[in-house]
Formats: sequence, structure tokens, C-alpha cells
Amino acid sequence: MADEIRVPIDSDADIVAARQQGRALAAPLGFTGADLTLIATAISEVARNIVAYAKRGEIVLSLANQDSRRGVVIVARDDGPGIPDLALAMQDGYSTSRGLGLGLPGAKRLMDEFDIVSQVGEGTTIVMKKWARQRG
Amino acid sequence: MTDQSKKTSRTESAGALVPELVAHLREKQEPLRRQWVEQMTAKGLLAGLTPEEAETESATIYDTCVRCLETGQYDGAQAYATRMAERGILRAMTSEQVLGGFLTLRDVYGRSLFARYQGDLARLSAALDVYEPVANKILSIVALAFIEERTKVIQQQQEAIRELSTPVLQLREGLLMLPVIGMIDTQRARQLTEGLLCAIRANRARVVVMDITGVAAVDSKVANHLLQTVQAARLMGATVIVTGVSAAVAQALVAIGVDLTRLDTLSDLQSGIDEADRRLGYKVIKGEETAARHEHIEGR
Amino acid sequence: MEVPILKQGNYLIATVQAAISDAALLELRDELVKRVGTFRTRGVVLDVTVLDVMDSFTARTVRAIASMTKLRGAETVIVGIGPEVAFAMTQLGMTLEGVETALDLDEGLAVLEQGLKGGGNRGR
Repeated sequence: MADEIRVPIDSDADIVAARQQGRALAAPLGFTGADLTLIATAISEVARNIVAYAKRGEIVLSLANQDSRRGVVIVARDDGPGIPDLALAMQDGYSTSRGLGLGLPGAKRLMDEFDIVSQVGEGTTIVMKKWARQRG
Repeated sequence: MTDQSKKTSRTESAGALVPELVAHLREKQEPLRRQWVEQMTAKGLLAGLTPEEAETESATIYDTCVRCLETGQYDGAQAYATRMAERGILRAMTSEQVLGGFLTLRDVYGRSLFARYQGDLARLSAALDVYEPVANKILSIVALAFIEERTKVIQQQQEAIRELSTPVLQLREGLLMLPVIGMIDTQRARQLTEGLLCAIRANRARVVVMDITGVAAVDSKVANHLLQTVQAARLMGATVIVTGVSAAVAQALVAIGVDLTRLDTLSDLQSGIDEADRRLGYKVIKGEETAARHEHIEGR
Repeated sequence: MEVPILKQGNYLIATVQAAISDAALLELRDELVKRVGTFRTRGVVLDVTVLDVMDSFTARTVRAIASMTKLRGAETVIVGIGPEVAFAMTQLGMTLEGVETALDLDEGLAVLEQGLKGGGNRGR
């Protein structure tokens, strides 16, 4: 198993590739089927953002270890226009997922850890992590 | 002697001390090991072990510890602790037994060092400097393995409790009932939802009566969990009727601002089931008619 | 057309095949809306069983299919959303409100047959 998998995101076909790779990478860690779907969905959302707003970027998938739990790390980065009002974009309307139409608050809810850095004119980098629950 | 030279002479003698201590403990293996077993027996720490088991295990442990001192590597101790945990041995023993046993061994080793170096305080001090970190490290390894094993057991039990407390029952064809009882945290809400969704698929259910009479406290978080459960069920084609909404809960839901047009609620379980029947096209016929029908059929 | 659309009586049945592209999904939308008018269909069953992920784009497009076909006089029922996908969707906040759903093709056709009288499941 490679240390990390880079998936260039250019078009919507790449979105499917990214989430399938993510699912495949996470599967052996003992995630439940439901968790794998959450991971794939989160990848789909951030990848879609790249295609919609930045036109081009990449998703880097890798594994991580922390205090004897294993998890998957997803980094989504692009050199797009950046997000001017990050707080607004990350606003979590619980029952209405309007925001700015970005699936970011949603993706955040699906993952265990979520960090976003964005600079207007520079681009955006998102780091998301999900840890496999230890089965007894 | 200055502090600096005291330190260097200590490190130098430490290097020479290790083999000396190891040789001492190996030489004294039998008497010390027996002493250890006697002390453990006196404290009642070997209850549940046969004398043969006590003999073999104590010999293995003694040897493993001396090896740690000799090599400075703790793989042996770690492997032993892991093996004990995996074999469930730690599960069958009390914390008193496990820790007590190792604490006793630590004392037995310690006392033997005192006995050996009693004439020379400087050497004794040096010997303890070498010995104590090793003894403490081994103890931590054992203690942590024990704690981890216990934690695993607790998690398994919690999992079992969770599963027991959220059964999904099929009332009739197409109708499921989900009695929700107790505290709903995120973890439980998730389990509840997953269980319900799988049951909807397995039973091809079209209506679910979710009774929340037994839910401990309904705050905005719990309300949202329940709402999400209802929404997820609906995506699978099943309507959820929430029953057991007390006056207090109703007030809480309204205060929270839950969109009630999205929620089908009724105050009691029976009403919920009646409504479910109605939607599914079921009619419950009273007993007399059924008896009459039976007679009719038999009379043919 | 990537997605086969079958006619069954007064109904159209569209079954999404594996990993449909964005373009194909939009094409399906347009095609369904067109055919509903052409055949004066009263109902559409959209089967998404094969989709292992329903993200925001897919959900929006599915909703669009439902509303657009409605405008042309047909009711659309979405079938085949599995437990894991349903869970993920609600976590994401996508509830497909106002869109009729059912467990599978059989249930979906039953819903259309009932004409949604009293048995409506549109997100109340």
C-alpha cells in the first residue's frame, strides 16, 4: 500500500475516482460501511468544490496513526480564487444546508477533524481526518 | 567530589553495576523467587492459580524481568504482558492480584539489593539508581496492559448494552416499532438510526412508530438526532410517527424551533399504532367476528 | 443516453447505472423531463440503488428532476437509497424534502399506483 495517493482533480470524473480511492484506502482500517460512505461523501464534496470554484486541484489520501488508533487523512488543495469569508462559508445551518452552496459545513460534519485554510488569490487547503473506532 | 564528577563516576559504575546486579539476581533466583511466591500466597494474591501454574509463571516473570535489566530492552516484558492480556488471564484476575504480584516482586528484588549492599551506602545508592527505573518501567507495562484489557471489556459491554436497548420490532408486515429508552448521545443516536434503517430494508417497512416516552431528556441535540433519524428513514420510503411526546417535550421542541411540519407526532403509542395501521390499510377486527369466521370455515 | 429509460404502462422507469458522470445525470434530467411531456406520463420511478454516494450535486439534480417532471404533470418517486447513503445524506443536511421516496422499484410503482392519496411520503 502506497504511503499516499494523489488524485488530480480536473473534472467531475476525477471526483468519482477520488472517492473510490478514498473508500479503498480506508476499507482495511476497520471502518464500518456507514463510515466508509461518510468518507466517500466528504471527499466527493470537497472535490466538487475544487471543480466548481478552482477548476483544478488535487486530493491527497493517506493513512495516519495516533495513540494506537488508525485513520485516514484527506487533503484537498487548489490554487483557486480562495474563499473571502471563511466564517460565512463554514456556517452550519443545521436544518438548511444553504451557506454559499459549498458542501464544506456538510463535509465537516461527516469527518472527525476538519481544518481549512484559504487565501484570496492564493487558493484553499482543506485537511480532514476520520479515525476508525476500535472494535473490541 | 563535585556534582559533575559524582555524576560521571555514577554513570561509570552504573555501567559496571548492571552485570553485577544481573549476576546477583540470577544467582539468587531460587530463594528470591520462592520468597516472592510465599509473600504472594500470604497476601492471597495467588488465589485461582494451581501451585504448578504459580511455579511456572513466577519463574517466567522473574527471568523476563532480569532480562530487561540485563539488556535494557523491554520487548520481553511487553510481549509477556500482551500475551497475558490476550489469553484473558488478566481478565480473570483482580487488579489487586496483578499489581500486587508485581509490586511484591519489586520489593523482593529491592530488599535483596539492600541486603547485599548494606555495608556500602554509595554502592547501594548506585545499585538502586540502576534498578529502580527498570522495575518501574516493567510495572508500567504490566499496569497499562491490564488497564487496556479492562477498557476493552468495558467497551464491549457498553456496545452490548447499546444494542440491547434499541431493538427494532416488527409489529405487522410493513410496520416497525422502535421504543427509544434512556439517554440519547451522538453515538447512541447513530446506532439507533443505523439499526432502524437496516430494519426498514430487511422488513420492507413503510411505517415506523418511534416511541420516545422513555427518552431521558430532550434538548436541542437530542431533538436534532431524532429529526435526522426521521429524515433518513423517509429517504428509504418509510414514514416515522413519533409517539410519546409529553407536554414538556412538546414545549421543548417548539422552543427549540424544530420544524414541526416535518414531524408526525402523537401523544401516545396506541394512537401511533392506530395511525400506522390506517396508513398501511390494516383493519383490526374484534375477536367475536374471528371466532364466528372460524366456525364458518370448520362447518364446511 | 447512458441511463436506460423504460416505459411501463403510464410510467417511466430510469435506472441509474454505476458511477454516473455529472453530465450524464444532467442529460438524464433533461431526457426525463422531455419524455414525460411526450408520452404524457403520470409517474416516474428513478432508481438510484447503484449509487454508493449521494453528494450535494446528485441530490440537487434528483430534486430538480422531481420538480421539473411535476411541472409537466408527472410524479417522480426516488427508490433505492440504502441505509448508509440515507444516513450520510441526512448528516450532510440533504433531506430531499418535497420529493417522494420508496424502498425499491416495486414499492415505487405501488406508490404511484396509489396516486399518493393519503399514503403520501413527501417529507411531512
